[in-house]
Amino acid sequence: MKNRLLLGDEAIAQAAIDAGLSGMYAYPGTPSTEIMEYIQLSGVAAGRNIHREWSANEKTAMEAALGMSYAGKRAMVAMKHVGLNVAADGFINAAITGVNGGLIVVSADDPSMHSSQNEQDSRFYGKFALVPCFEPSDQQEAYDMVFDAFELSEKYKTPVLLRITTRLAHSRAGIIMKEHPEPEKKLKLPSDPLQFVLLPAIARKKYKALLTSYESLKYDARISKYNSFNDAKKRDIGIITCGIAYNYLMENIGSSSKNYPVLKITAYPFPTDLIRDITARCSEILILEEGYPIIEESLRGFLDDGKKIHGRLNGAVPRDGELNPALVAKALGMQVSTGGKVPVVVRNRPPSFCKGCGHADMFTALLEAVKPYGPGHVFSDIGCYTLGALPPYNAIISCVDMGASITMAIGAADAGLFPSIAVIGDSTFTHSGMTGLLDAVTNNSPITIIISDNSTTGMTGGQKSKATGRIEQICAGIGVEREHIKVIVPLRKNHEENVCILKEEFEYKGVSIVIASRECIQTAIRRKKAEASNE
Amino acid sequence: MKNDIILCGVGGQGILSIAAVIGLAAVENRLFLKQSEVHGMSQRGGDVQSHFRLSDNHVYSDIIPYGQADLIISVEPMESLRYLPWLSKKGWLVTNSNPFNNIPDYPPLDEILTEIRKIKNNIILDADATAKEAGSVRAGNIVILGAASPFIEMSFSSLENAIRKLFTRKGEEIVEVNLKALRAGKSFVNQ
Ligand SMILES: Cc1ncc(C[n+]2csc(CCOP(=O)(O)OP(=O)(O)O)c2C)c(N)n1
Repeated sequence: MKNRLLLGDEAIAQAAIDAGLSGMYAYPGTPSTEIMEYIQLSGVAAGRNIHREWSANEKTAMEAALGMSYAGKRAMVAMKHVGLNVAADGFINAAITGVNGGLIVVSADDPSMHSSQNEQDSRFYGKFALVPCFEPSDQQEAYDMVFDAFELSEKYKTPVLLRITTRLAHSRAGIIMKEHPEPEKKLKLPSDPLQFVLLPAIARKKYKALLTSYESLKYDARISKYNSFNDAKKRDIGIITCGIAYNYLMENIGSSSKNYPVLKITAYPFPTDLIRDITARCSEILILEEGYPIIEESLRGFLDDGKKIHGRLNGAVPRDGELNPALVAKALGMQVSTGGKVPVVVRNRPPSFCKGCGHADMFTALLEAVKPYGPGHVFSDIGCYTLGALPPYNAIISCVDMGASITMAIGAADAGLFPSIAVIGDSTFTHSGMTGLLDAVTNNSPITIIISDNSTTGMTGGQKSKATGRIEQICAGIGVEREHIKVIVPLRKNHEENVCILKEEFEYKGVSIVIASRECIQTAIRRKKAEASNE
Repeated sequence: MKNDIILCGVGGQGILSIAAVIGLAAVENRLFLKQSEVHGMSQRGGDVQSHFRLSDNHVYSDIIPYGQADLIISVEPMESLRYLPWLSKKGWLVTNSNPFNNIPDYPPLDEILTEIRKIKNNIILDADATAKEAGSVRAGNIVILGAASPFIEMSFSSLENAIRKLFTRKGEEIVEVNLKALRAGKSFVNQ
């Protein structure tokens, strides 16, 4: 028996390798990033030449994975929860086309928003797309479920969603692994040449078929083995847990677990018969979900006049944020243990720019150049440079979704805001800034776009950025006039010159691009170390 | 047996090597283990923490319940106080005395030390100086681990083995420096 200490993310990656994966597709995003990184570092993956390059964004990743599935091989695509919004078109339509080779879509949710803009619950997407969804309660289950998910995917010809959350993704545990990895599948095209052609006449038929198979999925052994009901003699309160919430329950009731009827759900579509079973037997129900109250809402229905239900909707558990052992203890009416208080001398230590970060010098120049126009002119985006929103800079007024700086600047310029400025990172620009730039060029929008190019995807740990060294060319190719593509080096010694260039471009009444180009200090340190050890 | 440990410091201070040593030792001792950490946003010079749960039984929650940590190991004094809600009444707090000052309103050090001394079981040591004596300023983390080792329910030799495993790649000299640092930390506590 092989036993390894792995992060939840790594367990999923290892399982995919062991299950005969041929292609891993992803765009970085906390807490999903380590899935791809593990495969990139794996000797076995290299030996088999599993596809393992980062994609430009989650949509391209999803579609490439679907392409690999079309060709009959097993593919996995991973992203953070908001990435699934970007990939949603491909995801939802892939449910209708169905798959050929097994396809797993991993979406890593971030309840409590440790490093995200929201805490959306990906299980909704599973239900929306009519796709089965696994929600492991621990790292071992995550490992095991990957095998079942691939088989389920191939049996029902459906993509399978694997929903994890930060605590599982970023926590290590001992994993018992398969001795012998499965071989990869051979290239084999779908038997129906029209399977992936969603013309309305075909799509209607396929959608009906999807509705039918979604109903039968509920009773498939691979779903039902992950949903279990343990009855108890004492039936005052029955407890339903979803995914990782099970651990917080067991942490509290541990040895006395025989006193509580517990329904553990880790696979969807969820089993209504099991839910009927527990609700019929128990006087009251407590429902613990790590995320939105999805099952709770279904249980209550519109009328909510049945059995007494405790959960996120009646305040037994907070409506937002992730669960923890204390919150669950409270919901159970148990005594909550507490430690000491945090003394008042302890100050907040917010994240900040690294010493020697080019973004910081870019903002210093930008602030001086924009000063005459007053506040409210600089839209921004998602990445390390979003720290420009914090003191001492207070330089930006937006961070919404990847790429939105450019497009919001366009809309505000349309409304008459002048100057209208966007600050975007290089990886965010290639993720979904380029299409917005095309709009700006065709509109001839009077905006200035500062691409703060540190030649890496910094925020998520320094993954390769797609267009390093080619950003000027790309902007020119999209149609920005050459004389309004300026490259500056954000260093203190260039401050005066950089301010002048920015001021000039702000005044230009068309699309202008200023590329502030300086390698990320963390990447530079890693690169120099690697170079030194190669010598 | 159950041993719940909080490991903390500031992003970039490298608490990961301490975590790796404890993890390797736990595997050698065939213990059940969960170790949870937060990546991402918090690494940019912000506060970072990792929860370690060692047990001879299955561990459920990835995070330690409030008031149940047996030990806080901190590579920075102010950070050691941030996690007091997790520390049990009988728990130990082991911290470096050297502040990492990257914020404008960092409090006076003596105010921090006063608060730490209010914890019944506290150990404060100048890990940086001890590390320097051991031969590498960069082994401060391992000095702290050494000082915390009496409160980790695994044999000292299994921590030593873990250090050998972890640093072998970097050569015998680095292994020796880190072993020396670990022992120096331990003897500080024993004195
Ligand atoms: C749709 C979506 N995918 C991924 C992320 C995670 N994410 C946040 S910032 C970032 C990297 C940005 O890189 P870049 O634009 O180059 O800026 P840097 O951090 O290097 O300054 C990523 C991948 C996200 N927030 N949203």
